[in-house]
Amino acid sequence: MDLTQLTLLEARALLRAREISAVELTDAYLARIAALEPRLRAFVTVTADLARLQARAADVRLAAGEEAPLLGLPLALKDILCTAGVRTTCSSRILENFVPPYDAAVVERLRAAGAVVLGKTNLDEFAMGSSTENSAFFPTRNPWDLARVPGGSSGGSAAAVAAGEAPAALGTDTGGSIRQPAALCGIVGLKPTYGRVSRYGLVAFASSLDQIGPMARTAADCALLLGVIAGHDPRDATALPDPVPDYLAELEGDLRGLRVGVPREYFAAGLEPGVEAAVRAAIAQLAALGASVDEVSLPHTEYGVAAYYLIAPAEASANLARYDGVKYGYSVAAPTLLDSYFRTRAEGFGPEVKRRIMLGTYALSAGYYDAYYLKAQKVRTLIKSDFDRAFERFDVLATPTSPTVAFRLGERVADPLAMYLSDVCTIPVNLAGLPGVSVPCGFVDGLPVGLQLIGPPLSEGRLLRVAHCYQQATDWHRRTPPLDEGG
Amino acid sequence: MAKATAARVTYEPVIGLEVHAQIRTKSKMFCGCSADYFDAPPNTHVCPVCLGLPGVLPVINQAAVEATLMTALALNCEIPEACKFDRKNYFYPDLMKGYQISQYDLPFSRNGWLTIEVDGQTRRIGIERVHLEEDTARLLHRTDAHGRAYSLVDVNRSGVPLLEIVSKPDLRSAAEARAYLVKLHAILQALGISSGHLEEGAFRCDANISLRPVGSTEFGTKTEIKNMNSFRAVYRALEYEIARQTAILEEGGQIVQETRGWVDDRGITVPQRSKEFAHDYRYFPEPDLPPVFISREWVAQLRARLPELPDARRERYQREYGLSAYDAGQLAGSHAIAQFFERTVALYPKPKVVANWVQGELFRLLKDRETLDLSDLRLTPEHLAELLTLVDRGVLSLALARQVFEEAFVTGERPEAIVQARGLAQISDTAELERVVDEVLATNPRPVADYRAGKEAALSFLMGQVMKATRGKANPSVVAELLRARLRTD
Repeated sequence: MDLTQLTLLEARALLRAREISAVELTDAYLARIAALEPRLRAFVTVTADLARLQARAADVRLAAGEEAPLLGLPLALKDILCTAGVRTTCSSRILENFVPPYDAAVVERLRAAGAVVLGKTNLDEFAMGSSTENSAFFPTRNPWDLARVPGGSSGGSAAAVAAGEAPAALGTDTGGSIRQPAALCGIVGLKPTYGRVSRYGLVAFASSLDQIGPMARTAADCALLLGVIAGHDPRDATALPDPVPDYLAELEGDLRGLRVGVPREYFAAGLEPGVEAAVRAAIAQLAALGASVDEVSLPHTEYGVAAYYLIAPAEASANLARYDGVKYGYSVAAPTLLDSYFRTRAEGFGPEVKRRIMLGTYALSAGYYDAYYLKAQKVRTLIKSDFDRAFERFDVLATPTSPTVAFRLGERVADPLAMYLSDVCTIPVNLAGLPGVSVPCGFVDGLPVGLQLIGPPLSEGRLLRVAHCYQQATDWHRRTPPLDEGG
Repeated sequence: MAKATAARVTYEPVIGLEVHAQIRTKSKMFCGCSADYFDAPPNTHVCPVCLGLPGVLPVINQAAVEATLMTALALNCEIPEACKFDRKNYFYPDLMKGYQISQYDLPFSRNGWLTIEVDGQTRRIGIERVHLEEDTARLLHRTDAHGRAYSLVDVNRSGVPLLEIVSKPDLRSAAEARAYLVKLHAILQALGISSGHLEEGAFRCDANISLRPVGSTEFGTKTEIKNMNSFRAVYRALEYEIARQTAILEEGGQIVQETRGWVDDRGITVPQRSKEFAHDYRYFPEPDLPPVFISREWVAQLRARLPELPDARRERYQREYGLSAYDAGQLAGSHAIAQFFERTVALYPKPKVVANWVQGELFRLLKDRETLDLSDLRLTPEHLAELLTLVDRGVLSLALARQVFEEAFVTGERPEAIVQARGLAQISDTAELERVVDEVLATNPRPVADYRAGKEAALSFLMGQVMKATRGKANPSVVAELLRARLRTD
């Protein structure tokens, strides 16, 4: 039995039945990581020793009959989530040697649930990017084609799960950074409602948009993980107090009576025909499973990317101000304080991060605030109203996750605008604070395509049920990338 | 050609004050660290949040919000229903996050006022706004053995709740500015919100000041004055700045709009290098904190909880103790003084006598203090009450009582103990005094003769000699009686 092909729920059943041990499971993943990493490069840090330690502890607890929800299950964490004692780099030079003294809220919850941490995965520096090429260390490859990007910014997490280096991972999503790489790597990725998961310990990119979510091969595994990481946290004033439902129980049921809206603006110019065909076929499959399908309009969709690239950089320009070389992280000593600031930040940040800090600083500047930041906030309200109106008629909306399949490394590096448009379908969901999930729905030339399902606030249970029903009826997620075929 | 008028223009100062007062909450503004850091070693009251580590988030301290709203109510401010926090962005090593969480366009309150009294004139001074923000870390600038400058950062102060109280430009003199500060300080003390330690930076004041011709309604070019570490410094700095600006304007010069620092030991203001590299703070709504909605019920509850404020206290002193408006104002104007006064009256229920001692002797001894804080005062209300009882019992003359008061003020000893230790009790014993009187009369034949020749003034001289010989301890009325008797019979 290849343990690295198990879903979380399958592995959990075997662990609880004592048919496998947590150490065996962890070792299997560590072995696969060791075998694939030279080609894939999904991890910034592999915490092999820590993982074995946690696995041994889990085995003791399993032997005692404990049933913590993730007891003995290995996971990978995007390297933007703080881990006490394990360096957390954000794939940036400026935090290359930063070791947090504390755990992020989600990491605390995972540890309490018995999870085993395999390591920290690569990302676009500070989660700014759509290809993981903006990592200050190295790009991560797409397991389906090593010449292509895994998407981003949670490209390391997506590639690791798709390649079987981890059964599941946590990512973060500010404008599509969970869903787009999930789509490009052929796995499931869920961005929860803004506030559903505590952001405490998530290194901030854009505070009003950032959200942590699960990435796994199946919607059911995402339900298991979300149930552990979601919930109120007194340390995050934006965390929602609503009780956390039993997401696994909410998977039960079928799609009869489900009203699916298809926003016509998401099937616009720039959408690859193969992607459109796969997504439309998937929507037809939902209809076949009992859903009703109708077209809907979200008229302000086209302004989403523009508004996002004012709001997110504006917040980032403040969030990244703390990296000044004075307290921690990369630091250049210079004759004057100003020189030290300039050189620390010039050498510590990569070009995309600098570009966004400049964009955001400009958008907030005296005389420009009203025209840019404030206008963008108004657009944001309009986009949210579009969704509110749509959800009066529909239970979920179905769209492509990404207008294209995975592109080649370097293809969009010189064209930031083309890169930004990678997230045209996912950005409005963040602006509106809604939950969205990407689920594998086909292939174009051997490259995965993702179907995005969007729901009203706190409808994660519903989204996961739709995705789960779809996965029960399809086998896209069972296909594995050709990594072992002598590549 | 019009005849040039040689009349000198008289200028009027226009002053606005910006006060920062730390709020005495248990924990800091956005984390659980203790806000009481004054005697703590550097960087011991810190956590990931107030250190600004990557990934941390702020959580609003409800007690600090309540303190802000109470202050706003005490200052007659309007409190809007919807408020929010904003980020104020600038780079400086005292700022852990690279931005300060403050309030920009929707502060907790606006449009209030307080009254001041200067030279018998009562004026209402407008309050522009009262808002809540976080304090910064403290920088300590040092020089190493090779003469190289370096700085140390103490993060204990970072994140301590800080009130910002901005006056309208309604103040017209340094004396008014000082009166405003004393009143504001007293209000915060009455609310129990601020420790008010100026020297520890718990209550800080910056001033904006400009001049304009009397009668003009336009504002002149202003300067901002910083680094004033006492009420006296505020007064002196503003007096200096008024003189400096007047001199420039009278020479036909122009005021430069700039920030100036008060140099206390030199008694001047000097241009300050701006600490920010740019003055555009790029304020925007703090995305980590949801807006704060303040229900009218909450406001009503807080209003009901307001303690007696200085103005009400002053009225009560007039009503209950029969004090004059001036005396009542003097005593009620400072929270610490008012408490001292009331506690003494509780032990020695003659308010007018106590008022005289507080306003006379205590104020005289406090005159040179830079602070209004009396927490380190060694003399207690119990001391004063005991002293006044000793006077009533005839143990001490008023002159001796003043000596004992001063000694108790310096040493903190009980008046009875001082009287005992220094043998200060008044000598009323006739036999003992007779001996002294005889001695004085024997050694001063001239004044004795003068008195007998009808010079009444000679008696005072002889009295003085007796008092001197007894080091002031003789009971004056007994001495006078003895002298008269002796001078008659001899």
